[in-house]
Amino acid sequence: MKDVLEKASFLIPALLLIFTFVIYPTIATILLSFNINLIPGVNLVEGSTSLENYVKVLTSEEFINPTGLRTSSFPMGAIVHNVIWILIHLPATTILGLLLAVFLQNIKGSSIIRSMIFLGMVIPMVVGALMIAFSFNKDMGIVPSIFKCLGILSLYKTWTSYPDTALLSLIIGSIWLWTGFSVTLYSAGLASIPKELIEAAKIDGAPFRVILFKIIIPLLRPVTVTVVAMTILWVLKIFDIVYVATRGGPGGASMVMALLMWDYFARMNAYTLSATIATLLTIIVLPVVILWIRYATRGE
Amino acid sequence: MKSLIRMLREFKMTPVKWLIANTIAWLIGFVWILPFIGIFMASIRPFEELVEGWWNFASFHPTLEKYYEALFHPYYPLWRGLINSLIITVPSTIIPVLLAAMASYAFARFSFPIKNYLFLTMLFIMAVPQQMMVIPLFFMMNSIGLLDTYLGLILIHSSWGIPWITFFLRNYFSMIPKEYEEAALVDGATYWQIFTRIVFPVSLPGIISAAVLQFAWVWNDFFFALVFLLSPEKYVATRILPSLKGEYHVDWGLLSAGSILVMLIPVLLYFALNKYYIRGFTGWALKG
Repeated sequence: MKDVLEKASFLIPALLLIFTFVIYPTIATILLSFNINLIPGVNLVEGSTSLENYVKVLTSEEFINPTGLRTSSFPMGAIVHNVIWILIHLPATTILGLLLAVFLQNIKGSSIIRSMIFLGMVIPMVVGALMIAFSFNKDMGIVPSIFKCLGILSLYKTWTSYPDTALLSLIIGSIWLWTGFSVTLYSAGLASIPKELIEAAKIDGAPFRVILFKIIIPLLRPVTVTVVAMTILWVLKIFDIVYVATRGGPGGASMVMALLMWDYFARMNAYTLSATIATLLTIIVLPVVILWIRYATRGE
Repeated sequence: MKSLIRMLREFKMTPVKWLIANTIAWLIGFVWILPFIGIFMASIRPFEELVEGWWNFASFHPTLEKYYEALFHPYYPLWRGLINSLIITVPSTIIPVLLAAMASYAFARFSFPIKNYLFLTMLFIMAVPQQMMVIPLFFMMNSIGLLDTYLGLILIHSSWGIPWITFFLRNYFSMIPKEYEEAALVDGATYWQIFTRIVFPVSLPGIISAAVLQFAWVWNDFFFALVFLLSPEKYVATRILPSLKGEYHVDWGLLSAGSILVMLIPVLLYFALNKYYIRGFTGWALKG
């Protein structure tokens, strides 16, 4: 018995904190989205238990905007923006990360270059957001000035202030910030591939393309799974960059789910709707999490 | 020089090719840090020079004025934000690392009925969005008087950090050979003695890695700080920074100086403890 108590004392403090500050609020949020109030002392629910919050959110223009989709102009709705973000960001950082990791292998001082690229992962996202806004600013930034030099005057403007370029500038910025993640993981993965394997292929006269597709990419599969899973999770939960750089604007043109949740919560005090968006976000995140967990814990 | 020749032979490169490849690589690195150079220039150059482009050095009069302005801003003094960030971040690192180390020891060494389910729950929590807990926590904190307090935010950050640190350290602990611990058990040591005298010291590199990443994560966090700290005098650095933007006119010099000050600690941490930082990062992800 003493043994059991001693063993339990290792786990209980951690479990107590997790239960109170993570698990209980998560459950309460889910229930809140169905108009059930589990939070003592306040009443956040007006209607009766139902799915009305889901109907309201899913049919709102902020979430999915049919007019924007039809005319393919922004805003198209928060969830569409999140999807666009993934469709551009995911292939870009994955391919860029792999190619840069392979390319930097034989470079003198490659660890310094890798550190330079990784810096975006080290700094607060708030600072990253300001740097994105800065770099795309007409007066201050280098990007609009480059387009001015190239004679493309339609892009010589503050990108974050116009509906057609606001989201794109944030996506490009997030790729810039997060490529360091995939480069670092792929570099570590490459270092663990036995040198003899690649040497042997080279001696056999295999061209680089074959080595890349037949040896390196298959062996780095575990890294790719992690990079893809983590990137999707991040992009779905993205908040800081949008909040600081554009506040979701102009006119909702760069609104994303996490920021919409915050808007409902803090600006409109629509707690049940806010909880609904949070729950929807979690439902979308969940399959990625499950697949990743199954992959990470296989063989245990 | 000798090593360079060996390298060239190894990769079957001609010197010209080698030079081109290296130049391109360094150019890529340079392009990547251009925004950093940009805001650094914006932070030390007066506005009249900046409108000509920060890359234009026709006239160059560096000044530290904007740093002073940011630190002692009349409404949002950044010095207080930096202090507040430290007050939040230090305990929010120590508490979860200690508690998670204990929990991961239990997960790595003990067998108990619902162990695997508990561990899976921890994994799930790692990926649940922060957005999922703030509404109930906001009202719960309010009713127990912890809203808008350092303690409240520290508790939230600590709880939030425990799952991933537990996951990370459990992998680390499983790699330590059990022989020492078994010998100590035979000699009549308690689990606590084994944990504090053997497991913890032996795993110190892993524990430092976890602490470094948790510290950086809490320092960089914006969302929790935005929701749970309401009085401006308690704002952390990441919360103050966007407020320096101003209502009508954006003062890029001020924002840039503020940005440099806010990122200073995580960047220094990264360079000073690079080995631990990268290990924490890759060890966590490459395990799969």
